[in-house]
Amino acid sequence: MADNMPLDASSSTADTSTKAATQQSQPYKQEWRKFLSSPGILFLVLVTQVPFALAIWFSFTNWNLLRPGSEGFIGFSRMWRNYSRILSNVDFIPVLINTVVLTLSVVVITFALGLGFALLLNRPFVGRALARTLFISPFLMMPVAAAVLWKNIMLDPSFGFVSYYLRFLGIQNFYALEAFPMFTVISIVSWQWTPFVMLILLAGLQSLPESNLEAAKIDGASGFSMFRHIIFPHLMRFVEIALLLETIFILSEFGTIFVTTAGGPGIRTTNLPYQIYLEAFSRWNVGRASAYGIFAVILANIVIMLFLNVLRRNSKSAEVTI
Amino acid sequence: MKPGSSRLSTVLLNTVTLLLAFAMFFPILWMFMTSFKTEQLAIQMPPQFFFDPTLENWRSALTNSPFLEYLQNTVLITFFAILLSLVLGVPTAYAMAFYQTKRTDSSLLWMMSTRMLPPAGVIVPLYVLFLNLNLLDTHLGLVILYAGMNFPLVVWMLRSFMLEVPYEVIEAARLDGVTLVQEFTKVILPLLIPGLAATALLAMIFTWNEFFLAVNLTTRDAAPLSVYISTFKAAQGDLFLAKMSAAATAAVIPVLVAGWVAQRQLVTGLTMGAIK
Repeated sequence: MADNMPLDASSSTADTSTKAATQQSQPYKQEWRKFLSSPGILFLVLVTQVPFALAIWFSFTNWNLLRPGSEGFIGFSRMWRNYSRILSNVDFIPVLINTVVLTLSVVVITFALGLGFALLLNRPFVGRALARTLFISPFLMMPVAAAVLWKNIMLDPSFGFVSYYLRFLGIQNFYALEAFPMFTVISIVSWQWTPFVMLILLAGLQSLPESNLEAAKIDGASGFSMFRHIIFPHLMRFVEIALLLETIFILSEFGTIFVTTAGGPGIRTTNLPYQIYLEAFSRWNVGRASAYGIFAVILANIVIMLFLNVLRRNSKSAEVTI
Repeated sequence: MKPGSSRLSTVLLNTVTLLLAFAMFFPILWMFMTSFKTEQLAIQMPPQFFFDPTLENWRSALTNSPFLEYLQNTVLITFFAILLSLVLGVPTAYAMAFYQTKRTDSSLLWMMSTRMLPPAGVIVPLYVLFLNLNLLDTHLGLVILYAGMNFPLVVWMLRSFMLEVPYEVIEAARLDGVTLVQEFTKVILPLLIPGLAATALLAMIFTWNEFFLAVNLTTRDAAPLSVYISTFKAAQGDLFLAKMSAAATAAVIPVLVAGWVAQRQLVTGLTMGAIK
């Protein structure tokens, strides 16, 4: 759709030659306009690439903000020190596992729920607009407000809404964040991200050509076999986009952990971003935190590359354009 | 299946759908209701569904507390960040829509990948840069970063909207010898208004809700609402659930409404225009 490029080679040459006939200077005058993108791109390079280059540099220093004068290069013989320290730190593997467990669990849960909700909403009925509006609301909420809401109003052991009704199951003063910290964080984040998956899958379902389903119905296909052979293959690319984007953003999850568990108890809910935060802003260890940051970027890049591959593949199809 | 039974199952499914939607929304509704309770009522067990609403928490959130200062920070930072990203993004989108080069496609992918980099990866250098440039705890600092965060979104969305402007219209105007500014304001802009509105709304949602950069790069003067909400506490020993609910509800309402209004564009924006 968007990729049909109105300015393909032939039309722009035609355009140029017409103008060249009527007004000599016009095509020449317009060439410079392609540089209109330069200020924006320069700005983006400054804001994103410069800090990243600095992160690489800092990761090869021993710089601690509490020790002025420590910002120099470590020296070639010891330049990988921050990295080797991190890799041999007993907390590193658990933190990495926490990051992956959090991300994967949320992706699996939100996929199952998001697909179910999308299928339910993909049928015309009175109140559908209302249901959709209610469904997407958790995703629009400021994540820290959602975390504060769950921690204090829903899950508080004495005054929480959920804790009260758990009494009838014989569970007294249950504090989910203490009893099952990771599971609770996963649940809160899943509550926020289910609407995201639902929205994208719903868009996918609604872009399915009606005629395909009609044809299958006439051929006597059952509901399940229609889902398996027509709906699901069509939906696949939307699933990929939704889950990869979700993965990228949840790898950076921070606000919910900051508010609900502060990474604890111990390090049971500390993920990579939270570890970087601790390293940088309670230990002021610039070198170490930067090296952690590089790990986070590498982890994200693996997923980003998968995502871009999917986009390239999909750009050939009619339904999805880049 | 007989028509009768299929009708019944449809009604049942619709009811289930609405109930599930309500269940997803319930925590937000409960927070909204709590914001109209007295502090005593807010902690009363069993939970009270029917009560005399009081506006006390809203009055105190909107007058006596630092809430307004944080709200002002959020509004100012969000507004100027979106403005800056549009000022830089509109010409970029224009060039990338109408003056494509061999590198346009790879530039677009690169832009998208910058939006996905984990902020945690660059937070330390950002802190050090801000420290040296005196940008820590300033509005300007966050405005610059948020503009950078929104820039790829703005370019992707506006470019795709510009590509939908019929090229004959632009061509005709150019044959009349219009200047660049005239071409943009008289020909493209009128057709771009819906796209601009959708883009600004989406940028608003992301900027308003951002927390990680805000909590690490501001302390008090320029700290936005997300920082205030995350550390909400009443005076020592006081009950605070109702007051907190009022502050949190007030903080989320603008974005909730924006998202409800822009539902259709939400998908396009969330996937950086990957799905239209």
